[in-house]
Amino acid sequence: MKYPVAITVNGRERRGEVEARTLLVQFIREELRLTATRVGCETSTCGACTVILDGSPVKSCTRLAVQADGSTVLTLEGLTPGTDAPLHPLQAAFCEHHALQCGFCSAGMVLVLKDLLERSPAAAEREVRAALDGNICRCTGYQGIVKAALSVSTVTSGPAGGPGEGRA
Amino acid sequence: MIHEEAEAVKAPRVEDRARVTGSTLYVDDIPFDRLLYVEILRSRHAHARLLRVDAARARAAPGVAAAITYADLESSTGSFPLAASRVDDLRQPARSFLARDEVGFVGEPVAAVAAETRAAARDALEALEVDYEPLDAVIEPEAALEPDAPRAHASLPDNLAFRLEAGLGDVDAAFRGADRVVRLALQSPRLAACALETRGAVAQWLPASEELILWSSTQAPHLLRSQLAATLQLRESAVRVIAPEVGGGFGSKRSAYAEEALVAILARRLAPRPVKWVESRRENLLATVHGRGQSAEIELALRADGKILGLRYDAVVDVGAYHPSCPAAAPELTAAAIGGPYRVPASRVSLRGAFTNKVPTDAYRGAGRAEATLAMERVLDAAAVELELDPIEIRRANFTREAVFRPPTGVALDAGDCPSALDRLLSACAYASLRGEQEARRNAGELVGIGLAAYLDVCAGGSSARAEAVVWETGGVRVGPAGDVEVFTGTSSQGQGQEAALARIASEILGVPPEVVRVRRGDTAAIHDGRGVAGSRSVAVGGSAVREAARRIDAKLRSVAAALLRVPVEYVERVDGGFACGGRRVSRAEVCLEAHRAASLPADTPPGLEELVHYPARGPISSFGAHLAFVSVDRDTGEVRLEKYFASDDFGRVVDLLRVEGQALGGIAQGIGQALLEEVVYDESGQLLTSTFLEYALPRASHLPLVVCSRGETPSTMNPLGARGAGEAGAIAAPPAIANAVVDALREFGVRHVDLPLRPEKVWRLIRAAEERGD
Repeated sequence: MKYPVAITVNGRERRGEVEARTLLVQFIREELRLTATRVGCETSTCGACTVILDGSPVKSCTRLAVQADGSTVLTLEGLTPGTDAPLHPLQAAFCEHHALQCGFCSAGMVLVLKDLLERSPAAAEREVRAALDGNICRCTGYQGIVKAALSVSTVTSGPAGGPGEGRA
Repeated sequence: MIHEEAEAVKAPRVEDRARVTGSTLYVDDIPFDRLLYVEILRSRHAHARLLRVDAARARAAPGVAAAITYADLESSTGSFPLAASRVDDLRQPARSFLARDEVGFVGEPVAAVAAETRAAARDALEALEVDYEPLDAVIEPEAALEPDAPRAHASLPDNLAFRLEAGLGDVDAAFRGADRVVRLALQSPRLAACALETRGAVAQWLPASEELILWSSTQAPHLLRSQLAATLQLRESAVRVIAPEVGGGFGSKRSAYAEEALVAILARRLAPRPVKWVESRRENLLATVHGRGQSAEIELALRADGKILGLRYDAVVDVGAYHPSCPAAAPELTAAAIGGPYRVPASRVSLRGAFTNKVPTDAYRGAGRAEATLAMERVLDAAAVELELDPIEIRRANFTREAVFRPPTGVALDAGDCPSALDRLLSACAYASLRGEQEARRNAGELVGIGLAAYLDVCAGGSSARAEAVVWETGGVRVGPAGDVEVFTGTSSQGQGQEAALARIASEILGVPPEVVRVRRGDTAAIHDGRGVAGSRSVAVGGSAVREAARRIDAKLRSVAAALLRVPVEYVERVDGGFACGGRRVSRAEVCLEAHRAASLPADTPPGLEELVHYPARGPISSFGAHLAFVSVDRDTGEVRLEKYFASDDFGRVVDLLRVEGQALGGIAQGIGQALLEEVVYDESGQLLTSTFLEYALPRASHLPLVVCSRGETPSTMNPLGARGAGEAGAIAAPPAIANAVVDALREFGVRHVDLPLRPEKVWRLIRAAEERGD
């Protein structure tokens, strides 16, 4: 038994037929072939599958595709439509501060921080770390990610303010 | 010596744009036509006789293309060959990719299904019929070596998996002559590597070329190629392994795995359709190798002034149900690393491997050395307390700058310069004021601790039996007629980004910007030989290979330029954009074109610009340093707060500071995880209790303080780059630094030792027990 869904993904309405058990992340990755959204844990604990669903970050491994029918989804691909599109400031900061190594967590990290900085443009270190607590990075120790976020944040100072700190 | 950022290079990484926009393709992302999906049925029992496995109903299930059991493995030898090892009494129970008549751990593969969709494959697992007769399981490694223990395998007489015994000097005399003997028993519990990308593989058999292609999230494509060729009884040239983007590995993706053989076997049956298996996180925690798993007793013989006279280390290693394809690799490194950066005149190590009914243990970041360093740094702190010495002074009294000799091989290891690293650490952390803060807060009733750990990392496989297997590496350089540069490396990537360093090494020698250098890796058809990624050696050894290849290409370019300029080669100079002699010049483009066109090359200069080098390191490469942790402990809850962390490392000459720091910080974060949170837990029947990220706790952003790094740059003499290994230092140094800090914080309770991980309940119980005793 399949159910029709219509989900606006990265500004484009996408229609499909899914089983009731199909997860939103499966619809995004396997039906739409948008593979920037990764699957890391299947228990909603690692955040690699984070997308922005109707304006809020959501772990797409714990939503059914049918639940997202009629919704609007932003995936990482939506931040840079086309291969020549300029990087989002957070993405540029991720490169500059070595905020990623293997890159598997990056989609979730970037989208969660984008949401944070839209809600709280002057987020300081504590707020940034708290916002990242639903997302696991196993490679970087988060330090580069935190620095990247703070470099985009309009916060002017803090205990670990700018890039380059953290070195004696 | 404190380095300014400006001194080293922070090159933007060629792969970064792709990764940060999500366009990189990991195994599960690569599109294939007519793909079949594989799911694995795994043992529910830790130890059982397999009475019946019936796949008939599964084969008839909707969408199923094949369902296989042990009986269907005849196109292979059924298991991977074991690599050589130096250990004694090495035993391996019969093992096959799918269990034959006995299962040895929860998660061991029993049957495999290939179907049109992932969901259909999962559904078909339910149609497989398996009858088990449960047998007694043995879970704890020390108990496993008791004479009356249940056997992990019915076919073996007992549970001894290997022995490793070695010594240097007269240890017994050292202990007889000691003023003080300090003993400590400690555990390094099993850990899970938890690469965020789980394992996965796609296999395709191409009938036209009679060739197998395997895309795998592996750290060692060439080793996997050899293993697959051996078990599938194919020529190595008929097996091509591609490691695309790999989402972390940390040692766990180095060994060849049954699932990689199973997709290959299925792909040959179902050719030409590609066949894919991607591990779930639960499978990853159940069936991907664990790390650590050692329980040890360490003894130091000391003079009253803290000088070490002798050392004994006696450990039981939790091997799990089988050896991985490189058996006893981590224990060998423990033997090579015990003693750290200290002069130890006499030592004896004894490690015994125990088979248990759990998934095998194998390499995990810091393999073997983390266990050794934890033991050494903990016992030194215990000795400092007993001898009433400062933890800094007891280390200073024993540091050496001479080569150190370690059992079992007695190979000389460059001890570097830990005294300087410690000085840098103490100045970076403002040690006196940290102690002042500690005292003030203690006086105010807080539990505050400072812990120190020094380390000597044995990189590149160290002085182990397999040194020859990991110490060399391939590097190639090819320059095309239009001047584009490709670098080839036999190291692989798990995301650490050594491509940038390798590009930089070649670009400096060839006089081109690093951005124009394309680095190729992870495809056995493009790079014919290599050792993959392991042992913090990609730049030190792999970079040296690329350097040598680039030097040969540079020499060739100069001789072609000399021919074009009609002058002897020694008069040719490199200038911006080309080569010159006196006032005459040729452009780089002309030289590259002529090297391929060969219109006017002298007879002794063959055409082409391509070099491949097998580079052997001159010996084991080390890195060293000292780390410091500052913690507070909540008296009421036992919660440990890591407030400050300082790292002083020496990775030799740094080629790419940004990524070296990334390695240092990432290693420290994993070490902090080991210290505070992480532990694989099985129940007494062998069921895994930590089978999701809800139970296996990984460090998150708010667990970690801002880590402050300082760095020395003592060149290694073991390679022409002067580079040392950076990948594992943090995972080695952080656990003992934090453990020492927490023991220091609990000083008022008379706590002498506490095993990792330092979770609140454990710490709280220690505090409660002391309070009840009335301490």
